[in-house]
Amino acid sequence: MTMHFLLLFSRQGKLRLQKWFLPLPERERKKIVKDMTTMVLSRKPRTCNFLHWKDLKIVYKRYASLYFCCALENKDNELLALEILHRYVELLDKYFGSVCELDIIFNFEKAYFILDEFLMGGEIQETSKQSIAKSVEASDMLQETMEEYMSKPAF
Amino acid sequence: MTTGCHASKDTVMTPSVRLQEMIRVIRSARTQGEERGIIQKECADIRAQFRQGDNGERSHSLAKLLYVHMLGYPAHFGQMECVRLIASPRYSEKRIGYLGAMMLLDEKQDASLLITNSIKNDLSHSSQYVQSLALCTLACMGSAEMCRDLAPEIERLLRASNCYIKKKATLCAVHIIRKVPELAELFTPSARSLLSEKNHGVLHGAVVLITELCEHNPDTLDQFRKAVPELVQIMKGLVTSSYSPEHNVAGISDPFLQVRILRLLRILGHNNDTASDAMNDLLAQVATNTDSSKTAGSAVLYETVLTIMDINSESGLRVLAVNILGRFLLNNDRNIRYISMTSLQKIVQTDHNAVQRHRGTIVDCLKDQDTSVKRRALELSLALVSAVNIRSMMKELLIFLSTCPPELRSQTTSGIFNVAERYSPSKRWHIDTILHVLTTAGGDVRDETVPNLIQLITTASELHCYTVHKLYRALVKEISQQPLVQVACWCIGEYGDLLLKGECEEIEPVQVTEDDVLDALETVLQSHMSSPATRGFALTATMKLSTRITDNVDRIRSIVSIYGSCIDLELQQRAVEYNALFKKYDHMRAAVLERMPVMGKNSPGHTNGDTSGENKEPDPSKPKPVEAGLLSEPASQVCDLLDLLGGTDTPLQPNPAPTSTPTTTSSTDLLDLLGGLEPTPVLTETVYEKNGLRLKIQCDKQTETEVMVTLIGSNSAQNDITNFSLQAAVPKSVQLQMKAPSGNVIPAHGLGQVTQTVVLNNPNKVSLKIRIRVSYSNQGVMHQDTVQIDSFPSPACQPQSALCDTYTSSASP
Repeated sequence: MTMHFLLLFSRQGKLRLQKWFLPLPERERKKIVKDMTTMVLSRKPRTCNFLHWKDLKIVYKRYASLYFCCALENKDNELLALEILHRYVELLDKYFGSVCELDIIFNFEKAYFILDEFLMGGEIQETSKQSIAKSVEASDMLQETMEEYMSKPAF
Repeated sequence: MTTGCHASKDTVMTPSVRLQEMIRVIRSARTQGEERGIIQKECADIRAQFRQGDNGERSHSLAKLLYVHMLGYPAHFGQMECVRLIASPRYSEKRIGYLGAMMLLDEKQDASLLITNSIKNDLSHSSQYVQSLALCTLACMGSAEMCRDLAPEIERLLRASNCYIKKKATLCAVHIIRKVPELAELFTPSARSLLSEKNHGVLHGAVVLITELCEHNPDTLDQFRKAVPELVQIMKGLVTSSYSPEHNVAGISDPFLQVRILRLLRILGHNNDTASDAMNDLLAQVATNTDSSKTAGSAVLYETVLTIMDINSESGLRVLAVNILGRFLLNNDRNIRYISMTSLQKIVQTDHNAVQRHRGTIVDCLKDQDTSVKRRALELSLALVSAVNIRSMMKELLIFLSTCPPELRSQTTSGIFNVAERYSPSKRWHIDTILHVLTTAGGDVRDETVPNLIQLITTASELHCYTVHKLYRALVKEISQQPLVQVACWCIGEYGDLLLKGECEEIEPVQVTEDDVLDALETVLQSHMSSPATRGFALTATMKLSTRITDNVDRIRSIVSIYGSCIDLELQQRAVEYNALFKKYDHMRAAVLERMPVMGKNSPGHTNGDTSGENKEPDPSKPKPVEAGLLSEPASQVCDLLDLLGGTDTPLQPNPAPTSTPTTTSSTDLLDLLGGLEPTPVLTETVYEKNGLRLKIQCDKQTETEVMVTLIGSNSAQNDITNFSLQAAVPKSVQLQMKAPSGNVIPAHGLGQVTQTVVLNNPNKVSLKIRIRVSYSNQGVMHQDTVQIDSFPSPACQPQSALCDTYTSSASP
């Protein structure tokens, strides 16, 4: 499921998360974000969740006030991509407890940490929700333990 | 210096209070300017923090910088801080440092090289979570150099570590192979053994790794074919396993892993009979047992269909796959309908009949709200049109044209013209259809539509009366659609006499006077809606009428003289020349404006040197090489004529090229000149001739691994041949694709033919043979014969086109 990038943005087009699985210069990333937000936000309701852009397939889904948008290669399975986006939302939901956009805004680094336990190099690394949740929890505990050990507050 | 805030119990996992405070402040900014000011201040603070060195604040500051970066502000001054934090012994600092590296550094920056050493160390850290950070970062932004450096480490972790690390190392290996393909052989040995892991994360990673290895190297692919039985076992386990809460998604056990395995099976089974056979049963099982009521199941079914269609599967399995796609078409979920049509589009040529069964549903999808779905439905519908369903399909297509979104209109009109050309049941139907399209969507048609339609009209000589009446009525109604107006003007000019006669079998007669006709043309001439080209048509038509009407010639004379001073240069030139025709050359006017002969079909690539290739011409003894410009520039013709007529007074047919006097001879002379050039530039060979039926094979295209031929059936007997159908068989390794035939009736007396295109894909480059079974009915008797073709006529395009080129270059004006 070679994902090229994953973006989260609000209905006003504000970027909340950007994960790039391919090396691209900053300028080009900005352009892509702009293209994606324009394209996706102009979609009418009750249209399908797939778009074509350049030689990639774009799969997007709206969850409350956030759009989750990813880019796949032409041979990839769009329906599975929808499941991937859904899985990520479930992971966030479990972690934050009824996740909303504000959680992701104020704890963006956590959203990245969770994503990095789920996807890697554009591919899925773990298919079990429990396994991912355990790893994130353990890493968070590690942070705390190390801090206590160094007897300095973390932030 | 501490932050002064102690995290409370329930925010112990998010102790970044000051970060959150900064975010709050930024969000409260009411204007862009205000926000910029806050950001500038914060960045200054962050810079100061960085300069202060280790004080427990660094990770906090970097986190703030990363937030600022996401808002779109520059953050490159944080790059070195990432490098420093990654090297820190504290997990919290490493964690944010690596995150920063993934966000701010990419392989193009020099700073990225500096973290290679830290990554190397962290790969062997005692804590697996630290190892994990290193692996993740390497897989995200590792450059080729870093990959080469660290590959041995990754290979070691692939073999000897716990599941948590193994699964990450596997994906890291995938990234390394993508960056440095030569390193693939390093990972090949361990990849196979990973398939025996039970952990789904590792298994998934293993399948991805093997897929990557196979895609890179065909020899490795051969090797991994031996793993097909193992993969089939794993899949079976997933499909038949009892409910496993850890991996269950809507009743499907680990759909992510299932899809990945199916994809690998597809690659392994492609073009390989043994592998395909080994997975046949499994695919049938998955296709039948997977519950597709939710997206997860549909995703698995979709991947299964893709796999079935891409390997050498039994025909029963293929039918099963197409039926799944057919079911998808009826699904409520628009995404699934869209997916279905995309897949059907890919197989509509190879499995034409199977897809035809779902034609009704596809046509219904033309009415969907979503433009992407509409577009897919349009493409599929056009591909499904055949001689049998042309009338009903065209009804649907025309309805669609009247309501379709503007971005699809030109695709629709092109599509309609193409299928009309191929499958028209009659000339009148064809003309009516084109007129309908021009009335509905005249602004969205190709440029060649006008000359093509005119050519079509000339060939339908029995319909001239009907056509001109119909066009006249359309013209009188409205003149905004330029292509329609142009064709109408041309017809009125050409066949005005038929219009004035008033009698027409196929249409209610209406009295049209000469004044009416001239009024109509003058309206076009004077309207601001008419383009310059259209006005040219109208003027020429008016002129032509001077020999077809009796009473109002003076009116024509005055119109023509008025335009002699028109600002538009083209119109002015025409008017002046027509004036001259009235005055000085009046004795020639009748001959010059005579009825045009039937035109040969003129495709864009041909120039006046090439003879018309179509057998549609009812009058082959008088072919006139037609120049595309002939229709819109009769004026220059007259000019040339006048030049030519310096001395002689032989009435010459309208002829575009002054030097092309040889072309006024009949087509047989033309053929002699070109040394046996057939009207069609490719070689055809007769392979079967019996009972009046003649079957020819014509080679259209030939490459090393692919041949495209057209089979042409013609009938010289007294009676029509019906139920004509062809079946073909080819050697085992060759793939056959028979496109839809143009029809199944071959009219008698050579009045028509049936063609069918066949594509042969010959990847192993074996010697090509094809066995064709011909079935047909003649006078109520069924005939069936088999003919074997052992050698194909080679397309003789190359040498003959050279002749063509030299000929046309001498003929063009």
